This record gives sequence, structure tokens and C-alpha cells, in this order.
Amino acid sequence: MVKSVIAKTHQQALQALHDRPHAIVAGGTDMLIQNRSHTGMAIGYKKSVLYINLIESLNYIRDDENHIYIGANTRLETILRSNKTPAILKKIIYEMASPAIRYTATLAGNIANASPAGDSLLALYAMDSLVEIQSVKQTRKLLVSDFIQGVRKIDLSSDEMITEIIIPKEQFTCVSFKKVAPRQSDAISKLSFAGLARVKNGIIEDIRIALGAVFITVVRHREIEEKYLGSTIDAIKDQADNILKDFDPYIKPIDDQRSNRHYRKQVALNLIKDFIIQL
Amino acid sequence: MTMINFKLNGIKKTIETDPNRRLLDVIREDFKLTGPKEGCGEGECGACAVLMNGHIVNSCSVPLANVDEQAIVTIEGFSKTPQYEVIKDAFAEAGGVQCGFCTPGMIIATQSLLSHNPHPSDEEIKIGLSGNLCRCTGYNLIIKAIKIAIKKGEGLW
Repeated sequence: MVKSVIAKTHQQALQALHDRPHAIVAGGTDMLIQNRSHTGMAIGYKKSVLYINLIESLNYIRDDENHIYIGANTRLETILRSNKTPAILKKIIYEMASPAIRYTATLAGNIANASPAGDSLLALYAMDSLVEIQSVKQTRKLLVSDFIQGVRKIDLSSDEMITEIIIPKEQFTCVSFKKVAPRQSDAISKLSFAGLARVKNGIIEDIRIALGAVFITVVRHREIEEKYLGSTIDAIKDQADNILKDFDPYIKPIDDQRSNRHYRKQVALNLIKDFIIQL
Repeated sequence: MTMINFKLNGIKKTIETDPNRRLLDVIREDFKLTGPKEGCGEGECGACAVLMNGHIVNSCSVPLANVDEQAIVTIEGFSKTPQYEVIKDAFAEAGGVQCGFCTPGMIIATQSLLSHNPHPSDEEIKIGLSGNLCRCTGYNLIIKAIKIAIKKGEGLW
């Protein structure tokens, strides 16, 4: 039987990680399934487990003038219901899981799971969100898009844990999320798309595009977006095919049980085009 | 082994066991409550649904460690409430039960939905049930049952 620590305080959790490496479990909706054993058997973790689910001090949504701060233990349902939550993240959470999962799972868990099909990641990439990472020794912050390094690969040392997600407050006039999945709810995406834009007096002031399940991480390319800043609506619509050419080399999906690479690539390009021509 | 204290159907329980066990297994094996059932075992089907602090959760996806000092209600505990009586009668009236395997989870999902939103739209009912699969595919009758429960249970939620 593996050892377990049920932390009730933030300090207790950091100390446990300082003492020895643990698998960290918050809601557990991914960790239990990934490590499941036979019916009736305990979850088959390979190393000690640190349960952080009961740390109330990490369960919050706060904001100030420029940012929204979400504690690592905050449930998806709480985030969905908060009036502080950005529109794109609300749209995604509403579609990404059933109520039972939303009452259990955390946003921090979706980040740490580092799946290219993790729906919430599209909002976090598009919003330039940060994760706060803590150990006994230090606190650091980095972009979610830097924290996630590949499929299930994250920039987290064995003595560290995610403590907070920080989302910059930004206003957008166009907010789009499309999830392509075999059914409407409670499904893992074949691919997903998030688009944000701020259009003022017919000029593109800001545009952001993120794609899920078409590469080893969520795809977002700021250099492509920057090329079209300052364009008029008509000009960017005329450039739609060139934007697709810009994205084409970065969309490299795989074949798996949910879909195939040809379908994923074509639909991803179609969704980008649809977003551009509807601006 | 760890001591876990929690409320099960309103009664305080203490159990010394492996905290890495699933809540579903503890409910069924240690407390012999077989209303919550294992369907998929991965949080997709809702047959194992219970209420934790009044919210629906899949007990197959909850480690016992996360239940410490929390309140769990299974279909057995919920069946002693007036809300259950209304939902049960509505399911019977609408024919919302076929093989019955999904029914405890469907009733828990209904209670979780109505306790947060006593007058859901059709779309909200569907979203409320989106984590519960009925392999007899009797969804329309279940939705009809919930609409009957909303009407007959006015004021209960």
C-alpha cells in the first residue's frame, strides 16, 4: 500500500512535497482514472499520494483591477458560476464536462494533466494566463503555455505544486469556442478551437487563436496574430486564406481512437476560417 | 491505514482504511449500500452518482481521502426525503425507469439539478443529466419525469 498524506493546510502540503516526492491529487477525476485498478481495489498509484482537495485556503476566485486569481483547489463549477470568470473560460467549462465532474475537478488539475485535448487550456493559452508554482523554498510564476511542455509533460519539480492560476483581465468583442466531439456533453474533444478578438471602429486591435488536440500541446502562435493587428475587418477577411497558410505548418494532429489526422486538420482550418470571416 | 470521518446519509461514520480506495467501493463493500453502481468506472456514466455536500459527484472518481469531514448522501439516504418521493412518483408516472440500472444516478442528478435550479429549461435539464447514461436510451421519458417532478414538487426546492 502506498503512503498517503491528506493535507488540510497549504503549508502541510508544501512540507510533504519537501520531504519526499508525491503524486498530487486534487479532485482526482483524471488521476483516479489514469491509475485505476480492479473494481474493489485501491487506486494503483506507483508512488506516495498527496491529497490537497481539503485545503480550503486554495479554494477561491478573487480579482483586482487587472487580474483574476483562481486557487488551485477551486472547482470547475465554482469557476463556471462566478461573475469574475472570463466569457471564453465559462463557455468552455459549460461544454467540457458533466455536472458531476464539474463539482469535483479543478482547473489546476486540467493544467497539470497537460493533455493536448484539455479544453480549458485553450482559454488559458488565449488569455496569456499564468500559473503560480510554490515549494517550501520559492514561489514562481510562468505562462501556462510555458508550463506545459508536451503530452503530460510539465515544468514542475517534485517539491513543487500549482497554487494559483492568474488570468489577465481583457475585453474582447468576439469570443468563440467550438468543440468537435462525438456527442454534445461529457466527451473528449476530437479537436477544439478558441478565438478571441477586439475590434474597434472596424480595426482589429487584438486577435488570438488557440487550437486543441492538433499538436502535442495546445497551439497558439502570437507571431501570426501580430501580423494582422491593425488590419481592417475587410482586409483580414480578404487575408483568410493566407492566415490558414500561416497556421498550416503548426497543425500536426495524430490518428487515434477519437479521430484521424486528416479530419482534424481540415476541421481546424475550417474553424479558423469561419472565425475570421465572421469577425 | 488512515482514519476517515464523514457523514453518510446523515450519520457520522469513522472508518480506518486505505484512503486510496474509491468512495464507491467503500459505500458498497464496507457499508453495504448497493444503490450506487459501477457502470463505466471512469466518471462517464453516472451510475455511481452520490451527493457530496449536496452536489452530484461520481463516487467511482472520488478517493476516500477527499471525503474526510464531508457529507455523503446515497440514494438510500435520499429515499427518506420528501424530494425523493416527488421524483420517484414522477419517474413512475412518466415511465422513466426501464432496466433500472441508471435510475439511482438519474435521481441523484435530478436532485442536484433541482436543488440548484428549481425551474430548469429543457436545455438545462439535458445538461443536468449529461453525465448520466441510460443504455435503455429512455432519455425522453426521464426528461418528462423531471418536468412532472418540477410541477408537482413546486416549493420543495
